[in-house]
Amino acid sequence: MVVGVARYLGARLAERLAAEAGVDRVVGVDLVEPTLSIGGAEFVRADIRTSDIGRAIDRVAPDTVVHMNILATRADAGGRTPQKEINVIGTMQLLAACQRSRSVRKVVVKSSTTVYGSGPQSPALFAEDMVAGAHSRRGYEKDAGEVEAYVRGFSRRRPDVGVTILRFANVLGPQIRTGLSEYFVLPVVPVVLGRDPRFQLVHELDCVEALRVATVEHRPGIFNVAGDGFLALSQALRRAGRPGLPLPTLGSPLVGGVLKRSGVVDMDSALVRFLTFGRGVDTTRMRTQLKFDPVYSTVATFDAFADARTRGGVLDRDRVRAVEHAVRGVLTGEDARGR
Amino acid sequence: MADSPLPGLLDRVATAAGRALRDRLGVDGERLDHLVAFAGRRLTGEFEVDPFGFDPELTEAVLLPLLRPLYKHWFRVEVRGIENIPESGAALVAANHSGTLPVDSLMTQLAVHDTHPQARHLRALGATLVFQLPVVADLARKSGTTLACTEDVEALLGGGELVGVWPEGFKGVGKPFSQRYKLQRFGRGGFVSAALRTKAPIIPCSIVGAEEIYPMIGNAESLARLLGLPYFPLTPTFPWLGALGLVPLPSKWIIEFGEPIRTDDYPPGAADDPMVVFELTDQVRDTIQATLTELLELRGPAFG
Repeated sequence: MVVGVARYLGARLAERLAAEAGVDRVVGVDLVEPTLSIGGAEFVRADIRTSDIGRAIDRVAPDTVVHMNILATRADAGGRTPQKEINVIGTMQLLAACQRSRSVRKVVVKSSTTVYGSGPQSPALFAEDMVAGAHSRRGYEKDAGEVEAYVRGFSRRRPDVGVTILRFANVLGPQIRTGLSEYFVLPVVPVVLGRDPRFQLVHELDCVEALRVATVEHRPGIFNVAGDGFLALSQALRRAGRPGLPLPTLGSPLVGGVLKRSGVVDMDSALVRFLTFGRGVDTTRMRTQLKFDPVYSTVATFDAFADARTRGGVLDRDRVRAVEHAVRGVLTGEDARGR
Repeated sequence: MADSPLPGLLDRVATAAGRALRDRLGVDGERLDHLVAFAGRRLTGEFEVDPFGFDPELTEAVLLPLLRPLYKHWFRVEVRGIENIPESGAALVAANHSGTLPVDSLMTQLAVHDTHPQARHLRALGATLVFQLPVVADLARKSGTTLACTEDVEALLGGGELVGVWPEGFKGVGKPFSQRYKLQRFGRGGFVSAALRTKAPIIPCSIVGAEEIYPMIGNAESLARLLGLPYFPLTPTFPWLGALGLVPLPSKWIIEFGEPIRTDDYPPGAADDPMVVFELTDQVRDTIQATLTELLELRGPAFG
């Protein structure tokens, strides 16, 4: 059973699992019907915030539940309050239903590296056991931390159920729409003055594949999932051919409000802090214990995204290269076209 | 591009003009070529940063060359004992900290890079304050500095990097001029635990000269509290002369790297034994203090 199937990653996972040889039946659950194909999976309508979800689990009697209904952007939920309700109350309802169910043998949760937060005191690389205290977090960071706390509580009460938590770095790719992807598509991208955060990415296909591995195989535990290598924000903008607009802060009501009201991008505090301080996670455990190797590195993920979504910016890379060749021709007195 | 004749013609004209210009001015074509290629790589984002945000290309091409005149002509830095830094593999350089602004760590980074046969990068550890400040945080990360916390130190040493630590922290860099060349307390010895855990040798490093660059004769404590800084320095020139007061005094510097102290022959668990940690910390501290005294005598007058 895949919970949260109406959105891109949920639909892809349901479709992928339905095609898997060892899987008999895949049920996708969400409040609204998925707009994307979910392949051979069945759709069941249920509201995760109510006991609906419990009845759905009783009826379907799944042996594995994949919880993907944790929303990172408040715009997806229709505001911060519904976002929090879906994330926190939804998780509580779902886990309560799983706890009662006699059929559930495994729970997989799609969490996020946002649980680590980001700030000046963050170490360069977070390992799985380095989650800071919840007091320092707000907004989605707090949700992500609370969701995981409930999941830990659940695994204490039902030690017979295998629980896998996958903490994904920011997911990007040609198809998926997230707060970060819409940010990079802006014609001029606001950045924080004097800050050049570094970050990791996961390709949307790698994300689905990691979830598939966790669903089909038995790999209980908590794992960071991120592509190899890092990107600095300035570097990413240049790769996307987008000029950055340095602002003193992205978090001020003025800047944030203008960006939100003009419908450009809705940045919550977690995203603002991410774009100020950046974040890095250690993926050793992903390789050794989850036995998962992402196909796309961070840079390859960004390039795949940029190729599909950000062609033709002001500082398009081909344009910069053409200028570079011309300048080189002028300066060195050699014909640059041969290279 | 080759499809239409016009750009081809333009190209030829540009090429000819460029050749003529180059011959006239006598510029080195290869160096220009490198420069343009570098600018192109930077503008298209064709470079790499490591997990700590270190950007070797930018550091070597821009940041270190900016510091070099200060290093060579202003402070006339003399480096001793560079052979004590291993050719490769992990090592932890522990040095004294002074000078009101942490110029000494920048100079040590440059000293290691410019005099070591392998041109190694010293990965410095910085206080939280460094990473709170815009621009400074950014430049620090790009030049290979990371936060002084156990996780980062062990990750760097585990990766075989050369790490630099200034264990006195703010107590050292912000001490009054009257206390010059008197080592402050070395914290909890967290750097020693990290070295023990990763079995990396500790290289004591003594820096003479940094004490005189901004002699701190007073500390405006209430102003510091207001600004959230650990101290607000008053020197003979700052803040009285404004920005001019930020020009460091041209003292003569000597940086000496001492003999490595091995940490690989301790039993497992030594990193958590406070006795071992404090003993090693004191050993490092005493070595630096003794070398400082020797070097001071060797140097003679500070501005000679």
